[in-house]
Amino acid sequence: MHELSVARAVIATATRHAEGRRVTVVQLRVGHLRQVVPDSLAFAFVHVAVGTLCEGARLEQEVVPARLECAGCGLGWELDEAMFRCPRCGSAGVRITAGDELLLESIEVADEEDACIAPR
Amino acid sequence: MHRTKVRVLEDVLDANATIARANRADFDRAGVRVVNLMSSPGAGKTTLLERTLPDLAGVRVGVLEGDVAGTLDADRIAGIHVPVTQINTEAGFGGECHLDANMVRSAIPALPLDEIDLLVIENVGNLVCPAEFRVGEDVRVMVASVAEGEDKPLKYPLMFRTCELVLVNKIDLLPHVDFDMDRFNYHLDAVHPGVPRLLMSARTGHGVDAWRDWLGEFALERQPA
Repeated sequence: MHELSVARAVIATATRHAEGRRVTVVQLRVGHLRQVVPDSLAFAFVHVAVGTLCEGARLEQEVVPARLECAGCGLGWELDEAMFRCPRCGSAGVRITAGDELLLESIEVADEEDACIAPR
Repeated sequence: MHRTKVRVLEDVLDANATIARANRADFDRAGVRVVNLMSSPGAGKTTLLERTLPDLAGVRVGVLEGDVAGTLDADRIAGIHVPVTQINTEAGFGGECHLDANMVRSAIPALPLDEIDLLVIENVGNLVCPAEFRVGEDVRVMVASVAEGEDKPLKYPLMFRTCELVLVNKIDLLPHVDFDMDRFNYHLDAVHPGVPRLLMSARTGHGVDAWRDWLGEFALERQPA
């Protein structure tokens, strides 16, 4: 569903940082809570990248599990179902410590001289 | 062949967030309070607005309608003599399934911001994607109808977590559907503990007064300086 929009946003961000160079690898951290389906994003990325600096780039996705921390008792745990309440003390004061990121971590770009090589 | 790694460390939706902040600044400057109204398709957003907006005493309201295609909902809002502006998302690849900040930004010139106190943005019916995209709203309200089942908070946690008010609609259907309100509340509290909720039926009008009062108070709340 929104993987198409996310793919566009990934490519726009990568393109901005590429400064005119061809992008060969895009490394993305995808939090479990973001409801992004990695296969769908990979599929959308290939198609949206056509005609951009990211065309042919490899999209590497690292899925980050959701982790919560209780403000009341300090318990930290990994979320495996949608339960945003402390399993130990029942407090609703929980903080997401990981898993809500949608972060473009890095890109790899090809330097000028091989920018015109034939597509592999 | 030489390759260079470039550290980026940037949220890919930063661009949307930046535009959303610009939208909000425009709304604030005009003294307009903004609700982003979201739900699955067919939960009753438009019917609720038809029920609520004509009797919103002392509040000048406008509606921004987001739909994949057509003006059916906008026509209904126009029918109750509320100024309505339409965004169709179909210019995207097969039609975007949500509004994003840029679509709302492009609609701002068409909005009568000087003539309204409250803008309701009726988002595209969808429980997944709209949750990801801030559009410049002050609050997010979602409509969940009992016909959808009591498990929806668990299936769409991001949506239920990011709203400030849940309108539980179509309660006139409760005798006819297998919907356990206690379980719904339990699931809702699991993903968003304590989020305010109002029970209503847009069809019969039962419980709609509380939502109208909420909207009226929200619209006239003083902006934080």
